[in-house]
Amino acid sequence: MANFFTDNQDLKFHLTHPLMKKIVALKERNFADKDKFDYAPMDFEDAMDSYEQVLEIVGEICGDIVAPNAESVDQEGPKIVNNEVVYARGTQENLDALVKAGLMGITLPRKYEGLNFPIVPYIMAADIVSRADAGFVNIWGLQDCAETINEFADDDQKERFLTRASRGETMAMDLTEPDAGSDLQAVELKATEKDGKWYLNGVKRFITNGDGNIALVLARSEEGTHDGRGLSMFIYDRDHKAVIVRRLENKMGIKGSPTCELVFKDAPAELVGSRKMGLIKYVMALMNGARLGIGAQSVGVSESAYREALAYAEEREQFGKPIIQFPAVYEMLAVMKAKLDASRTLLYETSRYVDVYKTYMHISEERKLEPDERKEMKRYQKLADYFTPLLKGITSEYSNQLAYDAVQIHGGSGFMKDYPVERIYRDARITSIYEGTTQLQVVAAIRGVTTGGYLDRIREYEMMELKPELHSYRRTLIGMTDEYERAVKAVTDVKDNEYVDFHARRLVEMAGNIVMGYLLVLDTQRDDKFRISADIIIKRGKADNHAKAGFIFNSSIDDLGFYKQN
Amino acid sequence: MVKRRIVNSLILIYLSTVNNSLPKIETMGLNVIVLAKQVPDTRNVGKDAMKADGTVNRAALPAIFNPEDLNALEQALRLKDKYPGTTITILTMGPGRAADIIREGLYRGADNGYLLTDRAFAGSDTLATSYALSCALKKMSKIDLIIAGRQAIDGDTAQVGPQVAEKLGLPQVTYAEEVLSAETGKITIRRRLERGVETVEMPLPGVITVNASAPECRPRNAKLLMKFKHARTITERQNEAEDYIDLTADRPYLNIEEWSVNDIETDMNWLGLSGSPTKVKKIENVVFQAKEAKRLTPADEEMDELMKELIANHTIG
Repeated sequence: MANFFTDNQDLKFHLTHPLMKKIVALKERNFADKDKFDYAPMDFEDAMDSYEQVLEIVGEICGDIVAPNAESVDQEGPKIVNNEVVYARGTQENLDALVKAGLMGITLPRKYEGLNFPIVPYIMAADIVSRADAGFVNIWGLQDCAETINEFADDDQKERFLTRASRGETMAMDLTEPDAGSDLQAVELKATEKDGKWYLNGVKRFITNGDGNIALVLARSEEGTHDGRGLSMFIYDRDHKAVIVRRLENKMGIKGSPTCELVFKDAPAELVGSRKMGLIKYVMALMNGARLGIGAQSVGVSESAYREALAYAEEREQFGKPIIQFPAVYEMLAVMKAKLDASRTLLYETSRYVDVYKTYMHISEERKLEPDERKEMKRYQKLADYFTPLLKGITSEYSNQLAYDAVQIHGGSGFMKDYPVERIYRDARITSIYEGTTQLQVVAAIRGVTTGGYLDRIREYEMMELKPELHSYRRTLIGMTDEYERAVKAVTDVKDNEYVDFHARRLVEMAGNIVMGYLLVLDTQRDDKFRISADIIIKRGKADNHAKAGFIFNSSIDDLGFYKQN
Repeated sequence: MVKRRIVNSLILIYLSTVNNSLPKIETMGLNVIVLAKQVPDTRNVGKDAMKADGTVNRAALPAIFNPEDLNALEQALRLKDKYPGTTITILTMGPGRAADIIREGLYRGADNGYLLTDRAFAGSDTLATSYALSCALKKMSKIDLIIAGRQAIDGDTAQVGPQVAEKLGLPQVTYAEEVLSAETGKITIRRRLERGVETVEMPLPGVITVNASAPECRPRNAKLLMKFKHARTITERQNEAEDYIDLTADRPYLNIEEWSVNDIETDMNWLGLSGSPTKVKKIENVVFQAKEAKRLTPADEEMDELMKELIANHTIG
């Protein structure tokens, strides 16, 4: 009876952002498909209406099937039977429902039986699924891998594998190994060519949905090499039955998602794109897509944590009144909501950047881009590159904070398995670890600080038109931006990379606070309901940035020695 | 050439030995009609669900696809999955907005639908409803199977399905839970009764009514939704200021057939209020005193079903 799309008006708000007009027109190539496919939209309004109605289906399945299954899936988990993964009963039920509803291959072109939706509605579906069950979104959301095939594989491979993905086959990205986690340059799984065919041998570890039907595998194709330049990307088809699942990890959270150790034994595989580009080009694309996905997962987890906490605080009475009436509790809840709103607006801003640049990229395969289109693609690609690690880093940390606070509001009950927050707390923990830890997101994001990428975008936000009552927020944000600039200068003036790394997280978070402040003010410009969250994020961000700047201004390169002592 | 023919006939022989239980339906499919009703959602009633005079306050309750009719539709869809070539037609009687029910059916895999709508049908009880439906069914081309939900959640009579069968002179199986198989001329059905399960055969054509214990209906399909969302009845096309109304010329599947009393052969005396002997004498507010008992076996599925039921009716959760 529940619908996780229609019961959350914030989703529709983000779906109807003004930039969608451009995104839809690009994605639909001015609605060229309308006479070729009976489910293609006629025009912009028709497309938006389709996104909304399809998201209602997602919301209904999540409210009626996925969320009610989450607890039993967490308890039961997947298992190995005859070297193959068998999902928990609820997981299979969730997957069957989404496949029957045609919700696989959401972003893929119609010629491969996809829905040809932009990234924004796809990420919104991931946001909704994550709220229902953060572990399940991993299995469903690995359809991301199809995007990588669509970008880099040849037409024949696209035809064969993408159609299968659209029909509901699941996917996996087989990257990490026992000795190659964050450092993928160390990948050793061997790819050898024999009579024009490739075979894979070796071990992969920590592979989500490792027994999926179609896997993208990073392997060393160049014998004798030891770095990323010797790695290529392959497609392995499960129908070959040449990989065994040796072990399933027993995890803290997202227990319904099978995390596999895989053994490849002369497994036939197909090369994707060019040799040696595996890590350098394809994995980078794959990871950026996956990081956006983790952003959605983090926001979904935050949504569920907030809702559970709010419901409990309204219902639980102590000292003769509901605990939500105590300042200590209502402050926590208001800050949780503010962080949730900030996470979500950052998620959809980033998704829009990805949408614009990726669609231009696909168009450029069909025809030569006009000079101004080319310029625009580059601009949005840069924005996507800067915002993706910022998004992943901040929203995953926020989801952990929200889950922590949600348990705290539940008190002793939250520590028990009787309430969903206990599971949500465990599920949240992985978001700031996989697809690159927060620390590694900072390594990627610091370029946006040192090159001035964030600052440029912030200055653009500054120029946007605002209602008079929002001008004071802009003044505060301008003050924060000036302070941020001084802090960046103080760090970069030392001209020492380790010193930049030392302060990197502080600087990235300062930029993030300003960006989220502006995005929430711009949301308030469109809908006044975001005003409270804008106010909270800006005031807290100002205090937080001031403390961080203070720390930076009081530190010197000599301090690094103290921290190295342990 | 000759060789090829031999191979083809070998394949045919092979097929007919493997599937000898379902020879012709395999290739032809069934013509299935699903009877569906739009009802006020009485599962989730608030204090304003009833008016002071004891009638249902339809404005306060959302209009939905009657739940057991969805179970019926799922049985039809499974037949279509199993026997390609099967067509599913939704037949519903109601006001103009009941066309929503047909669209909901199309989004799930039904092929087309008929809306039976006319002022002359207003005030129909089960007798007049089943009369009107049977007149409409008589106008349709060869029907193999009519599937309806056991009962609607607004009236809870469970009479319309059986009455339709009687009026058409067709055999009927009530309380159906699953259509197990269909062959030329007959169908095998599992029934769920109060004290057990029964498997029966029925000659075709015939009528079955489906229980809520049958599998739930599949979700709406994204592509079908996008394909059929502009499907409209002629009245809807005339009343709506939408830009997509002229689509039916190129896409005939977007026309939802609308039948008034003039489109079917009827005796007006049997329709609407005049054809409805049922009179409501008095309506009472009944408050449950005794606790309802339900016997469960200690099986996981039964516990699971119970939990789902309790969550669905908001007893817990």
